[in-house]
Amino acid sequence: MTEIPEHLLRRSAEARARATGAPAPGEGDAPAAAQPGDDDGVTIPRSLLEASQQPGGAPAVAGMAPYGTAQAGSAGAGGPAAAGGGVATTLPPLMAGPAGNTHRLLTVVKSGSIQDVKASPGDKVHVWPHLLAAEFTAALFITAFTLVFSLFINAPLLELANHNETPNPSKAPWYFLGLQELLTMFDPMIAGVTIPGVVLVLLGFAPYIDKNPSQRPEDRKFAISVQTIHLMFWAVLVIIGSFFRGQGFNFTYPWDTGLHGIFHL
Amino acid sequence: MANTLESPKSKPNLPQRMQNAQQQAADWMQDSQFWTSIFRPGSIFRKGYTDSPRNRSYVIMNSVLYHLHPVKVKRHAVKVSYTLCLGGLSFFLFILLTITGIFLMFFYRPTDTAAWADIESLHTQVAFGLLVRNMHRWAAHLMVLTVFLHMARVFYHGAYKAPREFNWVIGVILLKLTLLLSFTGYLLPWDQLALWAVTVGTNMMGFTPVFGSQVRFVLLGSQDIGSETLLRWYVLHVLMLPFVIVIFMAIHFWRVRKDGGISGPL
Repeated sequence: MTEIPEHLLRRSAEARARATGAPAPGEGDAPAAAQPGDDDGVTIPRSLLEASQQPGGAPAVAGMAPYGTAQAGSAGAGGPAAAGGGVATTLPPLMAGPAGNTHRLLTVVKSGSIQDVKASPGDKVHVWPHLLAAEFTAALFITAFTLVFSLFINAPLLELANHNETPNPSKAPWYFLGLQELLTMFDPMIAGVTIPGVVLVLLGFAPYIDKNPSQRPEDRKFAISVQTIHLMFWAVLVIIGSFFRGQGFNFTYPWDTGLHGIFHL
Repeated sequence: MANTLESPKSKPNLPQRMQNAQQQAADWMQDSQFWTSIFRPGSIFRKGYTDSPRNRSYVIMNSVLYHLHPVKVKRHAVKVSYTLCLGGLSFFLFILLTITGIFLMFFYRPTDTAAWADIESLHTQVAFGLLVRNMHRWAAHLMVLTVFLHMARVFYHGAYKAPREFNWVIGVILLKLTLLLSFTGYLLPWDQLALWAVTVGTNMMGFTPVFGSQVRFVLLGSQDIGSETLLRWYVLHVLMLPFVIVIFMAIHFWRVRKDGGISGPL
């Protein structure tokens, strides 16, 4: 069940108590009001029915007495209140059923047939604290990680830029090393423009190319395969470009030459 | 003996009196018009905040967070094992980069004669200068990584499918903007690493058909990388690209909610 605020529960309990004529829990003492089992919440309480079926006003008032005393007594005007109750019950119910019911159940109509319920309540949780606490923890974690990492490892700062002295090898930032690696294999027009251009356009339009509505991995074998090959393609090229390219951007093993001068972040 | 044990009750000792005074001061503060005007009803900083469903809703509804989060989300959406918080981490790193970047701007001039020396003196003359520069650089590399991993996560969950197609397109634009932000920042230290990495990168741009050399000229501000390039890339890095990426991030976050929250479980 969803959480029902306490003040609403209390308000509904008071309303129910008022409807059945019994005082709300915790509101004054009504000695005769407590009749456990009398009100089952479905049919009209037997004690009320008996009261309403008394012929004439005076007995009805007497029948109501156990309930009336609590209210009228607290109001401090027993006589007029009792008389008022008598007026209301002078006539017996015209069409009382065999069991004393004054209403008949014709049919049960399910709510869905007359109400269009669009939103289902679903299984939802409050953003505070459930989501915000997790986000706050993640923010603290990433800040702490960056801080500790920065305490121990310094950002590189090489010599002043010099147009006349080309370092060997010259490398792009690591995320572009896949492209630089492609440049060793293809014409710059293809490696630098066509391949990344086509890849980025395909990536951007992926939702319009992949018409398969399913999100389940077992239904998406082709899409997942293509994307995994694509991501691995760049990952492998970036790793080769970063660690396996030395002097003159020639292939080398990092355990032979070391990373010094080969790899910068 | 019994008297000495009960004496604190009759006459509070110093720590208790300090605690009482502290409590009274806190109550006075929280009752003041100043305090209640800042913290709207339901704020956890208001007096008498209790953990009730209504107050949990007010924490979001009555604060600026309502621009980012709804009051309730699907139970599934708060599972860290599903999102790995990668999108959130990218956003936090962006905020961290903005804060550290503003700090760095106080000590940096984007000219070919001053830039490198400013970074050098930042390391040696400025309190925490080296630390903040380290954080800026590592957070930048980390953000490229988290944005990339976020893209992979979203793809493998099929979360780009209807109705979230357009938000994927925004996401790919954000990935490109992240790479551009990182790349423009790469030049600013004006050391050998920066100059030649950017030389390699911008040479690739020159191969763009038809208008390749024009694109390269506009970006470099001349035929070669020089002081003009430094100024252009500085403005791109600290002003223009952050401005653009914030707009796209706003659309990205807004669409997450409009498209019905994050995608469902597999």
